[in-house]
Amino acid sequence: MSTTAPPRPAAAAPPRRRRRDDTRLALLFILPASIGLLVFLVWPLLTGLYYSFTEYAILTPPQWVGLENYRTLLADPVFWTSLRVTVVYVLINIGVQTVAALLIAVLMQRLTQSTWLRSLVLAPYLVSNVVAAIVFLWLLDSQLGIVNLALQGLGVDPISFWANESWVIPTIALVNVWRHMGYTALLLFAGLQSIPEQLYEAARTEGAGELAMFRRITLPLLRPILALVLIMTIIGSFQVFDTVSVTTQGGPADASKVLQMYIYENAFAQYEFGYASALSVALLLILMVITFAQYWLSRAGQSDLD
Amino acid sequence: MTRRHTPDTPTRSTLGSPRPPRRRVLTGTAAALAAAAGAGTLTSCGSAAAEGTVELDYWLWDANQLPGYAEAIDLFMAQNPDIRVRITQMGWDDYWTKLTASFVAEAGPDLFTDHLGRYPEFLRLGVIAPLGEYPEVAALEEGTFQEGLRELWTGQDGLLYGVPKDFDTIALMYDRTVIEEAGLTPEDLADLDWNPEDGGSFERVLARLSVDENGVRGDEEGFDPEHVAVYGMAADAGIDYTGQTSWSPFALSTGWFFTEEDTWGTRFRYDDERFQQTLDWYFGLVDKGFFPPFGLFGDSSPAQTQLQGGSSAIAVAGSWMIGTYASLEGVDLGIAPLPRGPIGTPMSMFNGLGDSLSAQSEHPEEAARLAAFLASPDAQEIIGGRAVVFPSTPVGTEAAVAAYEEQGLEVSPFTDRVDQGETGLYPLVENAAQIASVLQPVIDRLWMRQTDASAFTEYNEQVNALFE
Repeated sequence: MSTTAPPRPAAAAPPRRRRRDDTRLALLFILPASIGLLVFLVWPLLTGLYYSFTEYAILTPPQWVGLENYRTLLADPVFWTSLRVTVVYVLINIGVQTVAALLIAVLMQRLTQSTWLRSLVLAPYLVSNVVAAIVFLWLLDSQLGIVNLALQGLGVDPISFWANESWVIPTIALVNVWRHMGYTALLLFAGLQSIPEQLYEAARTEGAGELAMFRRITLPLLRPILALVLIMTIIGSFQVFDTVSVTTQGGPADASKVLQMYIYENAFAQYEFGYASALSVALLLILMVITFAQYWLSRAGQSDLD
Repeated sequence: MTRRHTPDTPTRSTLGSPRPPRRRVLTGTAAALAAAAGAGTLTSCGSAAAEGTVELDYWLWDANQLPGYAEAIDLFMAQNPDIRVRITQMGWDDYWTKLTASFVAEAGPDLFTDHLGRYPEFLRLGVIAPLGEYPEVAALEEGTFQEGLRELWTGQDGLLYGVPKDFDTIALMYDRTVIEEAGLTPEDLADLDWNPEDGGSFERVLARLSVDENGVRGDEEGFDPEHVAVYGMAADAGIDYTGQTSWSPFALSTGWFFTEEDTWGTRFRYDDERFQQTLDWYFGLVDKGFFPPFGLFGDSSPAQTQLQGGSSAIAVAGSWMIGTYASLEGVDLGIAPLPRGPIGTPMSMFNGLGDSLSAQSEHPEEAARLAAFLASPDAQEIIGGRAVVFPSTPVGTEAAVAAYEEQGLEVSPFTDRVDQGETGLYPLVENAAQIASVLQPVIDRLWMRQTDASAFTEYNEQVNALFE
């Protein structure tokens, strides 16, 4: 490095110059991702916010209507029904999925070292949502489905999984549990790996059983990871759409009309893009509140390991 | 399984049969012509327009109609060497999504197959243009089409927004073998009557044809309506606010109609006693064991599959399904007219597709020429000869009837309704998607036997409110 700069605090000069070069390079590297962020996330978010204050039929220019869409929303019984349906879905989906995933993760850690077996757990996640939904649509069909054939073999009357008001949401929730629990288990498994093995050794010497170790060591130390996984999966769960769209389209009698389905229907069937945007903003607000509350309640940012 | 809740039921998709390819683009259907035009564009890039060759995009959704339209459009291109037409076909669901998206992107077709349930919305959004001002379309005189079809494609401003291309009506389809096993003859089905109180001779036939799991028939002592092996009447997965192939023939035959006007009505009559009585009778068949309960048959088992599998005996079906039913293996197809209602005659819903012109088309004159050509005797004979639909002009209809006859199918139960004026129009109204959305839950609940039809009164007010 040939520098003719006047003498300065010599030690600091060269690294500082190098750091300035890095910034430029770093910006260059960040640029593609930033463009993506701006074009595909920030800009749609801002336009979506704007459209939520307009009446917009997509083929004609939007018209400013102020808070009209939000007033309609608060008085819209279908919105509240769909919100209730969505919450029931999330409760079943997240409840079952988290327990199942935790079980799988612990089994993976305690029972097997086989990479093959561990990756097998992830297999359902490699299937796309739509494909999984179609496969289960046929498996659970009331006439031709193998599940109902099996039930009949056991002497149980066939169940209309997709057409019964009480069955439809649990069915959709469990299909998505099947699809996502492997992935969730993998995330939790990574968390388990970070728990020091000597804690278990110490517990074993004290004569603790598997159940006690799970309750006293695994669960408390897994808390930060578990909290983050919950935040992520709950956000994803609230946004359920494809499974519903492929299987029931919100029926029967609106029993599976989740919020995203209602948004889609308003936008792409009724061309109410303004109202659909307002519904989306409502979903955004709900998710923000839930996420912050969860983060705060579960102290997800702190670990008990320190 | 109720599917296709909104915006409306696929009236022309072939549910149950293997889905048509998602998207099939026919380029160069007329190989020679395409080659000639292609050569022109190849040698001097971009000079095609200068040579006067116009490219048109034509879209349709029915895969069954594609061969007929490809043939007719080949003829059009032969007669109009200055125009090249690209045909795109895609399934019912994709069709409307793609069409909307393409309008937004201003990359849509010039001319496209349009549906009565959809075009009022397109009209409101200003994406389709009136066709009457183009000389070829204007030349189509009053008597060109079957009566009523032009009315269906006329907007509230009196302008023509689609050139009628075909029509459809409703009749009963059944398997002769099943009828004879029940001790009935096809003649017994040829002149049935119906009323909302006791269902008339039509309900007695349904009772005769229903069989429970112990082999007891619906009109015999000890019939168990909870455990039915064969239902008298088949049900498709979803029943919507038009009831096209479900309750509408019965409701219309009481003298009831959807709105106060034949077209573009704004006051609905779902609160009418005749309508509510009819629906209570119709879904009451579930309790009697003559009609499948809600959700028993999903999209995997549409009416034609129930007929073929012997789980239902009679299907109320649309004329666009004739070919599908006729090709059911092991079914000796019989077609009977709808039962006579309280007004003394049967009543069928009358619906028809049309070709609409995109307001974004850069070549509206040429597109209008194509639309008019598809209504010409030449094209209508080609399309009718395929025996897939009834084309909109008498010439085309005759060609279709003859083609069905060649296959041994007597289709007069469908065409008689039009010839004798025993039809009610498909509800041509604004806000169709919203209406569907409002009414679907109550229709589902009625079928689930959780409510009775008087519940429609409240929902009727909601529907009327959409027009205020």
